[in-house]
Amino acid sequence: MSNFSIKGSGHVLSTETIDGEIATLNLGPTHPATHGIFQNVLTVDGERILKAEPTIGYIHRAFEKLAEHRPYNQITPITDRLNYCSSPINNIGWHMTVEKLVGIEVPKRVDYMRVIVMELARISDHLVCNSVIGVDTGAFTGFIYMFQEREKIYELYEEICGARLTTNIGRIGGFERDFNPIFLAKLKKFLDGFSASFKEFDTLLTRNRIFMDRVIGAGPISAERAIEYSFSGPNLRAAGVDYDVRAMNPYSSYQDFDFIVPIGKDGDTYDRFIVRQEEIRQSIHIIRQALEKMPKGDFHAHVPDFYLPPKEDLSNSMESLIYHFKIVMGETQIPKGEVYHAVEGANGELGYYLVSDGGRTPYRLHFRRPCFIYYQAFPEMAKGSVLSDAILTMSSMNVIAGELDA
Amino acid sequence: MMQTLENEHLLLAIETHLGDMPTSQVDTFGMLNIEVNRLQIVSIVKFLKESLEFNFLTDLCASHYPEKLGAEFEIVYHLHNFIANKRLRIKVALSENDIFIPTLTGVFVGANWMERETFDFYGIQFQDHPDLRRILNMEDMDYHPLRKHYALEDETRTDKDDKFFGR
Repeated sequence: MSNFSIKGSGHVLSTETIDGEIATLNLGPTHPATHGIFQNVLTVDGERILKAEPTIGYIHRAFEKLAEHRPYNQITPITDRLNYCSSPINNIGWHMTVEKLVGIEVPKRVDYMRVIVMELARISDHLVCNSVIGVDTGAFTGFIYMFQEREKIYELYEEICGARLTTNIGRIGGFERDFNPIFLAKLKKFLDGFSASFKEFDTLLTRNRIFMDRVIGAGPISAERAIEYSFSGPNLRAAGVDYDVRAMNPYSSYQDFDFIVPIGKDGDTYDRFIVRQEEIRQSIHIIRQALEKMPKGDFHAHVPDFYLPPKEDLSNSMESLIYHFKIVMGETQIPKGEVYHAVEGANGELGYYLVSDGGRTPYRLHFRRPCFIYYQAFPEMAKGSVLSDAILTMSSMNVIAGELDA
Repeated sequence: MMQTLENEHLLLAIETHLGDMPTSQVDTFGMLNIEVNRLQIVSIVKFLKESLEFNFLTDLCASHYPEKLGAEFEIVYHLHNFIANKRLRIKVALSENDIFIPTLTGVFVGANWMERETFDFYGIQFQDHPDLRRILNMEDMDYHPLRKHYALEDETRTDKDDKFFGR
């Protein structure tokens, strides 16, 4: 009997199968290890995966069709439900798409406020992903610690917009209200406490021998293959390609901030984990800079066609009442045109391809959902690995069912 | 230092490759838009990938214009050149009666699911696609839901008046 060891993983498996029997294993649609509703039909030889066949669409909600029937400001709540771990990025990405189409210039302060909110969302998304990698390797503690931090981020969202998960944050043209003093105090407290607890989480896993043995070499992908598969975000960067929309096509004044785009080398689970860990630190760094350099000014652009007037004006200003009515009824004039706008979502390039024919709703809206595009590489990445590594590959790719199915 | 790629140079290269100018070229919101026909699409994308470093297929989708007779469907490709940081949009018009287009999976593996999604929602037939099945909808559906004449809600409903809301 001959044995071989998988690169770096420490597992020693027999090359001979027990009796050569191939089995079909149904992983999902509802399985605690998949962290979402999607099915994988695995063909396994013992523990080893010969073939994986993903079936998706279990929570498809026809967002693109819905969007063709809703006025522009009513599409924001739909975007919440794409990647629901970082809804604010989706919301703000959509606002910026409409602003690009209409030609709205938002004040610098709005850009900085948006940067703070988007980076908070990125932190919470990466925290979920990385702590879940911990759970899947058997380390539950870090998950509990990091969910406390995520809870604090949700409280920050609550201070800005009143909601926690599906945030519907901001408006076309800016924010519905300025950051209040409670938010700023809470944010300061969060920033002060985060580094210490994040360091604990980091020391728990990053250089932990057991964890490293488990994740190094699990589900690797080369830079060439990752580009072929149109990977983006941390998964592409873990493979060694320094593509980040924030750095390459800066939006919302990202060019004003100093941050590093971390990259990995092997594109395996460990690299994806490390890239996300570093991005969390960079996000904290960006938030601190944005707070420090926060310009004075308005928290919204002066675009009465799109931005609701203050409620108290409705009873004594005719214009305000007209604008209010037009916006609420979705009768705003939108120019014709087609626009593609991309933001760096927590999972990669989140793009909005919008075609307007001048009607009250988009003529066509297509979401470029990073999850949907990179999840198709999963069969290739899982092939030949053991089942437990395939679970890790899936959780480290951070496949979010809402974004996958749209 | 990033090299730059101007629209003129790009168009010139495309023209040289195709032998004639693409039927339409406009720059919308900083992105060059070109239209080619379906026989040219694979060759042009391959050329852009191999010779002009358009290595990244950002997106692939379709849209439906029922009133444009003979060109009811439009397949939209977004390509990205990371080195010069240049994005490009390519469109191919298709007739409702002849909705066949060669697959791009031979050039970009990632086109696989994007084309399946386009097939699922618009019924576009991608020729030589390795696995052209529905992806988000059920296998036994007999319509393609993003086509314009497919109503969002059951049209026999009388309890809801969408006169003021909805499109």
